[in-house]
Amino acid sequence: MCGAQVLGRIEAAWQAIDPVPDPEIPVLTLRDLGIVREVRLDEEGALEVVLTPTYSGCPATEVISASVAEALEAAGLAPFAVTLRRAPAWTTDWISEQGRQRLREYGIAPPGPVAAGEGVPVRLHRRAAAPVAPAASADPSCPRCDSPRTERLSAFGSTACKSLWRCLACREPFEHFKPI
Amino acid sequence: MSTPSIQPGRDPAVQYLLRLGDFCLIHAQRLGEWCGHAPILEEDIALTNLALDLIGQARALLTRAGQVGHERGAPAAFDEDQLAFLREERDYLNPTLVELPRGDFAFTVLRNAAVATWMRLMWTRLQASRDAELAAIAAKALKESRYHEQHAADWVVRLGDGTPESHRRLQDALDRLWRYTLELFEADAVDEAAAASGLGPRWADLREDWHAAMQALLDEAGVRAPATGSHVTTGRRGVHSEHMGRLLAEMQHLQRAYPGGAW
Repeated sequence: MCGAQVLGRIEAAWQAIDPVPDPEIPVLTLRDLGIVREVRLDEEGALEVVLTPTYSGCPATEVISASVAEALEAAGLAPFAVTLRRAPAWTTDWISEQGRQRLREYGIAPPGPVAAGEGVPVRLHRRAAAPVAPAASADPSCPRCDSPRTERLSAFGSTACKSLWRCLACREPFEHFKPI
Repeated sequence: MSTPSIQPGRDPAVQYLLRLGDFCLIHAQRLGEWCGHAPILEEDIALTNLALDLIGQARALLTRAGQVGHERGAPAAFDEDQLAFLREERDYLNPTLVELPRGDFAFTVLRNAAVATWMRLMWTRLQASRDAELAAIAAKALKESRYHEQHAADWVVRLGDGTPESHRRLQDALDRLWRYTLELFEADAVDEAAAASGLGPRWADLREDWHAAMQALLDEAGVRAPATGSHVTTGRRGVHSEHMGRLLAEMQHLQRAYPGGAW
């Protein structure tokens, strides 16, 4: 198989995958999420698309693999294999700039950089010792009115990847995509 | 009608992986019991989210255990569902701590803190496992154990530093739970083999770091761990408390009644 054909199939696969939405946050595509890690051809010319799971227990993982397979099938790219690769572990830092913009427009505050929280020891606060203003830098701004004055209502939300917040300026509740 | 049980064998590498997988699985099963019963809606969602992460981790670990068993001479590679649902009680290797009934909310959040702290320390070390798949599972799970630990620690401090009633319940939970933590640091031949082959650390290697983290947490919450006796529970050797049988009966029911059922 010549070089141009190889590139052609790989390029066609990327194009086929490009519009496939995330099943739980359909405003994002799988590519926006950064979970399509690689598209390649093996020695026999079979196409392989490598995905990485977001959370260990994400119930959407199987649906995501199936929807990628469906898109490749529809584009006439069989035979192909959709495989999962765990390492390196997915991080919200891989969400594209376009993905972050789409999240904000959809009303979900995008995640901040992960480095801020990695390796930070568990924070312990008694009532008397609780700081008046908690570390504001990691708190998300309101995706509707942009105010930085927000408070967390619940550490967990409708899906594993989100927490629930409220804006203290416009009073609207909103979801936040947690950095991991 | 009954489905025949499977026997995963006594290979030490498989046992090491099953201990970790069963630790996550049985802990998740107990957490899942809170679905619809937690004191507030936010905690209902939180506890089931934690359970979901743990089931994901258990799936990966049990899958790996089945593969390693096959590589090391078992006639068949058992899959995650066979290992989760078709073993006999004696072949489950979780520490006794996680099979204890869920108790009240104080007992649950204290156990969550003890387990999440242990898991964070374990996953951190397992990132260096010579088994590349186990190292990859660990790198992913480590991120999850961090927020599990933070969430549980928030509640432990909140209850210890809350009302007289919440403080009393937390201290009661600690008095009941503490003796079961001895098992989390026991050395044996399975651990020695794992340490020698580079599969993973001995559980005993986590003892100091775990005690330091738990001590800081309990101090902040204003509760005191009781003295421990000499009895060490034996769940991770397959000898369980009377609670395990009933837990398994519920957990295995569907798979035993509808063999091979999937969705």
